[in-house]
Amino acid sequence: MQMQTLLRTPLYDRHVAAGARMVPFAGWEMPVQYEGVIQEHRAVRGGAGVFDVSHMGELEVEGPGAATFLQELLSNDLDRIEPGGAQYTLLTNERGGIVDDLIAYKLSPHRFLLIVNASNREADYRWLKERESRGSEVSDRSDEYALLAVQGPRAIARLGLEPAAPFTFAMGEIDGVELMVNRTGYTGEDGCELLCMAEDAGTLWDTVVARGAVPCGLGARDTLRLEVCYPLHGNDITQETDAISAGLGWVCALGKDFTGAEELRRIKEAGPARKLVAFVMTDKAIPRHGMPIEGGGEVTSGTHSPMLDVGIGLGYVRAADAAPGTGITIDVRGNPRRARIVSKPIYNREEH
Amino acid sequence: MAAAESYPEGLKYHREHDWAKVDGDEAILGITWFAQDALGELVHYEAPEPGTTVSAGSSYGEVESVKAVSDVIAPLSGEVLEVNAKVVAAPETVNDDPYGDGWLVRIRLSEPSEVAGLLDAAAYIEVVAEQ
Repeated sequence: MQMQTLLRTPLYDRHVAAGARMVPFAGWEMPVQYEGVIQEHRAVRGGAGVFDVSHMGELEVEGPGAATFLQELLSNDLDRIEPGGAQYTLLTNERGGIVDDLIAYKLSPHRFLLIVNASNREADYRWLKERESRGSEVSDRSDEYALLAVQGPRAIARLGLEPAAPFTFAMGEIDGVELMVNRTGYTGEDGCELLCMAEDAGTLWDTVVARGAVPCGLGARDTLRLEVCYPLHGNDITQETDAISAGLGWVCALGKDFTGAEELRRIKEAGPARKLVAFVMTDKAIPRHGMPIEGGGEVTSGTHSPMLDVGIGLGYVRAADAAPGTGITIDVRGNPRRARIVSKPIYNREEH
Repeated sequence: MAAAESYPEGLKYHREHDWAKVDGDEAILGITWFAQDALGELVHYEAPEPGTTVSAGSSYGEVESVKAVSDVIAPLSGEVLEVNAKVVAAPETVNDDPYGDGWLVRIRLSEPSEVAGLLDAAAYIEVVAEQ
């Protein structure tokens, strides 16, 4: 057995003191739940919750050539946003596969912050560093920062922040802690992600909790993102899956040249063989990652939806079977269980 | 509300965190407080069909929380007489009352001598303490 030391965020002691159940995740020791996944999930949908996502990576790309460099490596078009804007985008490989999905923040015309998945931080950094060109400098700033996601319909009001458009950010301050307030998230709710210096994380966490955000773990983070069909890299999207099949064509500016663009244009033209679809169980069962879907598909994420009280998931099916309303059969540990493909998102807050 | 930790006297325990309440040639089976706490709030109970046989030490069903699936191990062998429909409809009943309303199946024992091989509460508490 290979032993590996797990990393801890600056908030580790607070999580333990709050009675969180700590689990290994992407090399980190993270809270999976405090009181319970379902309770935490509902707190976010109904009020406000706070997640420690300090394990995520922060890479900075700076220099007169930074914009050109990133335009060649990221799928979305950074020219579409101004300083103060953020953009969901993909780091793609030559085959059109997804090295990572991330959010790029335009700090200035020559300076960008990339917030990336914890599990891909090192791979992303290497990928960028190996391709670094003159006039752009890539640095891994992850250890300097902590990141708290404060999410839910009441999150912005409880933090005393003014409303702002999604995918924007601004420098700010909450109870004396200087931070970057990003109007982004992974729950489908209003809210923000607060980036602060690592040494300020404890103070900020205490403030946010005192203002009524319920501490939430990675368990609720997963059920929340799955209800709104945000893909998880490593499960739903990987180096082996392409953006078109994954339904992420909308973040691929195929009119520009970036790594893998040619292959993605070809896939779009020909039509993908498989598509990533959302489904809801019609039989009583909970789909899980890796379960086969009859006809040559596979579940990539599955859980029990706390809001809909039914099994839900994402998975790849043959393109011909991908239309909403289509019935599919999932092999749940040897038992055939029926599900129905639905439009994304599975849970729509306007309808509830 | 989740129940407080307890391991009642009078029940027989299996080290895979299952309990049996023996009454003549029948027994009621369920999972212990420790098992439901480790899983978290239950959201699905995959129950056996009445009439099927269960054998001691083997799985007779599954319970699932949002994050995890767990086999339910039969502490004793026998035929399933009844499945707790309340838990099928509302699996969180197990979290609320693991030894009462949260029972899983009622069986007719085929090997009553197996009862002697199970743990009493004190012995099972030692098993829990080692986890």
